[in-house]
Amino acid sequence: MRSVSAAETAPTISPWAVQAEGLRVRVGRHLAVDGLDLSLGTGVHGLLGPNGAGKTTLMRALATVVKPADGRLQLLGQPVDGRGNLRLVRRGLGYLPQQFGFYPRFTVREFVEYLAWLKEMPGPAIPDAVQRAIDRVGLTEKADARMKTLSGGMLRRAGIAQAIVNSPEVVLLDEPTVGLDPEQRLDFRTLLRELGVDSCVLVSTHLVEDVVAACTDVILINRGKLVYQGTPDGLVAEGGPDDAGDSPAERGYSALLRRHRAEEVR
Amino acid sequence: MTTHPTLDAIARYAGDGPGLDDAAVWSIEVHLENCADCRARLAGSTTDATRTLLDRVAAELDRGVAAGPAPARLRRPWSVLHQRWLVWALLPWLTMTAGVLGCAMLLQEVNPQWPSLVLLLAPLAPLPGVAVAWSRRADPAWELIAGTPSAGLTMLLRRTAAALAVVVPLLALIGIRTGDSLALLLLPCFACTAATVAIGGLVGVVRAAAGIGVVWAAAVVLPSVGTGHMSVVLRPGSVPVWALAAVALAAFTVTQADNYRRLSSRS
Repeated sequence: MRSVSAAETAPTISPWAVQAEGLRVRVGRHLAVDGLDLSLGTGVHGLLGPNGAGKTTLMRALATVVKPADGRLQLLGQPVDGRGNLRLVRRGLGYLPQQFGFYPRFTVREFVEYLAWLKEMPGPAIPDAVQRAIDRVGLTEKADARMKTLSGGMLRRAGIAQAIVNSPEVVLLDEPTVGLDPEQRLDFRTLLRELGVDSCVLVSTHLVEDVVAACTDVILINRGKLVYQGTPDGLVAEGGPDDAGDSPAERGYSALLRRHRAEEVR
Repeated sequence: MTTHPTLDAIARYAGDGPGLDDAAVWSIEVHLENCADCRARLAGSTTDATRTLLDRVAAELDRGVAAGPAPARLRRPWSVLHQRWLVWALLPWLTMTAGVLGCAMLLQEVNPQWPSLVLLLAPLAPLPGVAVAWSRRADPAWELIAGTPSAGLTMLLRRTAAALAVVVPLLALIGIRTGDSLALLLLPCFACTAATVAIGGLVGVVRAAAGIGVVWAAAVVLPSVGTGHMSVVLRPGSVPVWALAAVALAAFTVTQADNYRRLSSRS
């Protein structure tokens, strides 16, 4: 009989909040995420990619909303393929989906309270946590307004409030800056930096400038594959004067995508 | 045995404790906390200066309370709050169900020689409500909720219970009026609901509800109406079989918990 070493039986403590190896996720028959390797720790990670790159599908898989077709995915040190404690993992997650649905008759406070309750927060802690989350996204004045009366930017902020109400260890925000005006975007970048101090924040966006300004780490995917993972400065350094884009970061983004497409053709 | 402080000690305590050391003041305070009689004696020993001070403080407090903001409104219980959207989503379907059952009851009263339409339709009564309760089209925050720890079979069962809470009393009331057996009205209803939830884990709740509805209509309702004789599956002798089926399907439902943990294109 093979002897088992102490190292093999010891609990595995992962420094990564999110760890994916060979992750594949299908949308119908289409393989939207194709063998992705990704390790994310504390900090703000910007997820970039063209339309149809697989960003939203990846976010859904990380939010444990859809089941990966293949590969290994660990969140907060727990496997999420059915063997781990999915419920425990979800208590540590905050998720803002791209298609943010809400109950029009609920007030902002009721909506965030409802999500806090679904996240199984202790009842007595909910009112204070809800108020804190609403204050952090700058919706204090609108806390008792019905969701149906809010503008697009305010709705997005209410969505962010529900995502952070449980002080999650992993925050997944899919297109959080849609509908925010320039001033709100600046406030949002500050909020992201604050969240990234002790959480793993993954922000999917088309706005390269937001990523460069607020993120510690950039992830670029295309056709479900990882193209680049590194610092915003590294992304900027990839671009040349002939690449498309209005800023050095956009030129770096374009250069990386162009090279990846050329490699795929070869 | 409890030793009460003397009247003299209480009077001196009321007069800011002249002649009492710290230990005596502390001892009287502890005693007063637990002795209503001595508290009454203390009230009688209070000096005029203290009474004037207390009246002034009470008046100031009343003024402050009157001028301050209104007390915070007591929040509604979570259960009421979180089911509110569901009530709105279910309302049209449950109204339709009540209407159909009401029509069936009237037809049955007009044509008593027909097989009981209420009995034939009762198993299908909760299915629209169950389907709506777990439909991504009906729940606008579906994806958001699917990523929370509460999402899953327990949530579906809670929402199913909300639909049954309306349908079951309605069926019972109609059954009492038509004289149909309550067991035959409710057991097939529970069995079909459990089957919808169980099969819904495999093919989606909406599809399961639709499929069971079509099969029931084709296999039981139409033949009974066509022949004018109640189907054998709804005769009194079938009650134990329905009870067994309801229990077995409920047990099978529990095994489908994993299928309700994630979003699915079938939902």
